[in-house]
Amino acid sequence: MEFIGIIIVAIFVNNVVFSQFLGICPFLGVSKKVDTAIGMGLAVTFVLTIATIVTFLLQKGILEQFGLEYLQTITFILVIASLVQMVEIVLKKISPALYQALGVFLPLITTNCVILGVAILVIQKDYSLLESVIYAIATAIGYAMALIIFSSIREQLALTKIPKAMEGIPIALITAGIIAMSFMGFSGIDQVFK
Amino acid sequence: MNKNLKILINGIIKDNPIFVLLLGMCPTLATTSSAINGMSMGLATMFVLICSNLVISLLKNLIPDMVRIPAYIVVIATFVTIIEMVMNAYVPALADSLGIFIPLIVVNCIVLGRAEAFASKNGMFASIFDGIGIGLGFTLSLTLLGATRELMGTGKIFSINIYPEQFGSLIFVLAPGAFIVLGYLIAIFNKLQHK
Amino acid sequence: MFLSLSVICLTVAVLLAQVNKMTAKPIAEAKAMKLQNAISEVVPPFDNDPVAEAYLMPVGNGDSLLVYPAKKGNDVVGYAINSSSNNGFSGKIQIMVGFDTEDRIVNYAVLQHAETPGLGSKMTEWFKNPEKQSQSIIGRDFSQGTLTVSKDGGDVDAITASTITSRAFLEAVNKAYLAYSDTKVETVTGATHTKKASEEEHKSPEIKEEEKNHE
Repeated sequence: MEFIGIIIVAIFVNNVVFSQFLGICPFLGVSKKVDTAIGMGLAVTFVLTIATIVTFLLQKGILEQFGLEYLQTITFILVIASLVQMVEIVLKKISPALYQALGVFLPLITTNCVILGVAILVIQKDYSLLESVIYAIATAIGYAMALIIFSSIREQLALTKIPKAMEGIPIALITAGIIAMSFMGFSGIDQVFK
Repeated sequence: MNKNLKILINGIIKDNPIFVLLLGMCPTLATTSSAINGMSMGLATMFVLICSNLVISLLKNLIPDMVRIPAYIVVIATFVTIIEMVMNAYVPALADSLGIFIPLIVVNCIVLGRAEAFASKNGMFASIFDGIGIGLGFTLSLTLLGATRELMGTGKIFSINIYPEQFGSLIFVLAPGAFIVLGYLIAIFNKLQHK
Repeated sequence: MFLSLSVICLTVAVLLAQVNKMTAKPIAEAKAMKLQNAISEVVPPFDNDPVAEAYLMPVGNGDSLLVYPAKKGNDVVGYAINSSSNNGFSGKIQIMVGFDTEDRIVNYAVLQHAETPGLGSKMTEWFKNPEKQSQSIIGRDFSQGTLTVSKDGGDVDAITASTITSRAFLEAVNKAYLAYSDTKVETVTGATHTKKASEEEHKSPEIKEEEKNHE
């Protein structure tokens, strides 16, 4: 029951994009087409899950053991950067098909603040390893969902006539604002699962 | 000096990180629920930007090309950690309200972008001025966004009452307001620039 | 290549260790200050060091709260109790509630919360508004049982459009009271006021029962 709460909150109530503002740059960048949005969503899910496990173990196993918490930011970002590289290399060897699908998105992920953000958040929230993994996956699903909803609206928007100054990013942001408003309607539903 | 001044002004207007380059959107949206929060986030980022630009412009000949990016990330992360510790020590309330977005300055594309695009190719003074210019552009934009949201949401700017609070529309302080206000501000900026 | 990267990392690690050493003390002081301020805000004036005398008070369910006794000379003038609720609108709400020795709430301070700004976040002021007795909890004793919002049949007005936050807030206050009455029983039984203690003991199970029923 507790896990369902975490999942619902991470996907709907505290959606990474619409309420926590993480990963906005790629969110605006790759959401012009539904296909790329799905690819990016999958890539984020993949990397986020692995990165959260690795950084979690690193934090508990090394940083906290030796009182080096102040090196958290620097270690996490280096681990994430090298992890992304490794995932890219391994994927190329093991599953060329998957690499074809996700390859282009991987380099973009290092600077996606969702990854570092979730890695730090699970430590701050004092989650256990299992909770962290569930939270990471749910967050990634929320991110993918936001990307897909948003990109399908943007595909329509591209065909609409709008004032010149509003074209592109401004109208996309305002659209995101309206979606965020509708997501606010989810707030409080996690109370049901308590 | 003239050249440096030009770099500085460039960063505020022509290369404005938020309204023109559209970089660093996450902290822009997340920390601008009030003018003071927006401004502090801008200043924290500016500090990191100036320091990393300075150090990278000095080290640019010592760092092999192959490990360039990791080295830049290490330098940036160092300054981020320093500002995080300093803020926790001397302005804990502010550090609390900016929360996770202080460590996330590391992944702010502006900082790494300037290191790669400017500091790695230019001298020390030019890099410092670029850091100040871009940093100021970022700070001013964040302050403007924060002030707009605070004014429309609560009727205050920098906690000074402008009109009674009950006429404010709370939505501007909440998440959707961030997107909408930023969207309109960019549209206005576009309009002014293309005149 | 690896050498230069290692040199950079090493320099950075040393530098950060230094800064960490320099800021560790101010950070700890800032935290202590925050706690100290919260305590002095919620209890009558005192001259001891409540933080040094703090102890844990179990409140059932394996949960226990930190109690900071405030003393003037040798007499206890009140207790500040660090209480929390996980049922806030967006997560944990942590508050410091202060009681005098006669079961009354002196004041409270919100230590940590993530409620919606402009709605739930109003709790920092809402429940101590001196002009609106129906929403203020200051000066209330628990003679009528635990505090509940008017929607649930109680007599505390919830924050407009933030009933969930208000419920969680009062839950934390009630939990603090539980710890307070227990702590009073314990300290008083040890002392000379046996009569008062028996009164207390007589009273507290009732309240506990009520608390249970409520939950």
